[in-house]
Amino acid sequence: MLDDFFVRAIVAGLGIAAVTGPLGCFVVWRKLAYFGDTLAHGALLGVTLSLLLNINVALAVFVVAVVVALSLLALQQRSSLSSDALLGMLSHGSLAVGLLALSFMTWVRFDLMGLLFGDLLAVSKTDIALVFVGGGIVLATIAWAWKPLFAVTVNRDLAAAEGYDVAAYDILLMVMLAAVVAIAIKIVGVMLITSLLIIPAGAARRVSTGPVMMAVLAAFVGGVSVLGGLFASLSFNTPSGPSIVAVALILFALGLVIPVGRLLQEQRP
Amino acid sequence: MLKRGDPLVRLEGAGVSRAGRWLVRDVDLHVRPGEIVTLIGPNGSGKSTTAKLALGVLAPSAGSVTRRQELKSAYVPQKVHIDWTLPLRVDGLMRLTQSLSEADMEAALNSTGALHLLKREVRHLSGGEFQRVMLARALARKPELLVLDEPVQGVDFSGEIALYELIAQVRDLTGCGILMVSHDLHMVMAATDHVICLNGHVCCHGSPESVVSSSAYKQLFGDRAGALALYQHRHDHQHLPDGRVQHGDGSVTDNCHPGDGHHHGESGRIAHKSFRINRDA
Repeated sequence: MLDDFFVRAIVAGLGIAAVTGPLGCFVVWRKLAYFGDTLAHGALLGVTLSLLLNINVALAVFVVAVVVALSLLALQQRSSLSSDALLGMLSHGSLAVGLLALSFMTWVRFDLMGLLFGDLLAVSKTDIALVFVGGGIVLATIAWAWKPLFAVTVNRDLAAAEGYDVAAYDILLMVMLAAVVAIAIKIVGVMLITSLLIIPAGAARRVSTGPVMMAVLAAFVGGVSVLGGLFASLSFNTPSGPSIVAVALILFALGLVIPVGRLLQEQRP
Repeated sequence: MLKRGDPLVRLEGAGVSRAGRWLVRDVDLHVRPGEIVTLIGPNGSGKSTTAKLALGVLAPSAGSVTRRQELKSAYVPQKVHIDWTLPLRVDGLMRLTQSLSEADMEAALNSTGALHLLKREVRHLSGGEFQRVMLARALARKPELLVLDEPVQGVDFSGEIALYELIAQVRDLTGCGILMVSHDLHMVMAATDHVICLNGHVCCHGSPESVVSSSAYKQLFGDRAGALALYQHRHDHQHLPDGRVQHGDGSVTDNCHPGDGHHHGESGRIAHKSFRINRDA
């Protein structure tokens, strides 16, 4: 079954959507959208390193993303600069360094477009294994640490006062984000990872009455976007990554237009 | 009525500095089980910072904070912002840091007059409703140390008195220690054992009566703050949380009767003891 490239694309895409949905909810709740973008930009440096040192791409991207994430946490605590400006510096700084390093490696033939926009139609069985093992670990971690992760998201001081190690859960969330960026980079590309995190979560928000429901719905919206985008890409011969994001955007817009308010009116006694 | 025991939390010479500026310094205080300690002071005097020190949310830059091992704390922060992206209802907020049976949750919400809010979205609550829910959440935790930062802000006047009475009751029933932040000493006097007056450092402390009459307190809050008028205020009807009215004879209607009123000095079925500052004195 997995011998067909289209089936492989669907399986890999659905696997990624299942993780980016719930994790994306935390990105949206904690206003980390730009942060996800920064990790993705830093991924180029990871790709360069993997070519230079001849190591696995996902591993190199993961390591670089974790380093970027942890340096941001450290800088935020020390510096008086706004995290917005810090993110901009880290984001474009790491992108520039990555591009520079790449330009020195004249012996490498490298498909920059593939990195920026990914190629879902070229995923291998190994890629799928990576999505399901890595994504499975991230999903299991979210489920296991849901209560503290969510409490820290709602109010840091409250969570800290009532016994949760806030800093540890911050790091956990950053590491999970880095992992998802590393897993998905080859498939959806640098430019589009953030959209798979935030658009399904945004679309799920209006029809959700609780955080768990929103996380599940976001995964569902992501899955529908992957299917819709892939079939659109097949029939209209459009690039797969942008097609998926376009479908997600349409779903988000539909969520804004459809009058769900009456269906989900709050219960009053 | 003070149960003696080791303090739940003790601050010794504790202070917090940020970027070379002291937010608060040299604070000595302790909260024992069954004791209500109130922090008062003007804006920016370090009340919330001190509360966070006691909870361990902030680490002291100087001095020490000692908390009892495995201390179970509950906290009502001064400001909580719930973003629109968060689909959070009151029942979800109640269970944010604890597992809670349906019955315990409803009992806690009922005690603060917020049971009718159970299924409402948190971000649609009014300021006063939100405080009632936050207080219920903290009480449902059955804490040993309860830290309340302006717990009744935005609550209507009669509700404010009822909630302070509830806080005192909780202390009596559970024997927990309470650290409370308030900007209005007169509101909390009745329920306070020990007052600490802050203005970047401890200005004065002691029993509520002694603090009110101290010169440091008068300097901070002005002479008029000392002029306290106390009177009893009796209602012959009570406004229920859902907007209906319960009358002295126990009947419930949608509105007040034309003859209903707030009678001073007369006897009524439901009476609130209240303190008010007489600003004209």
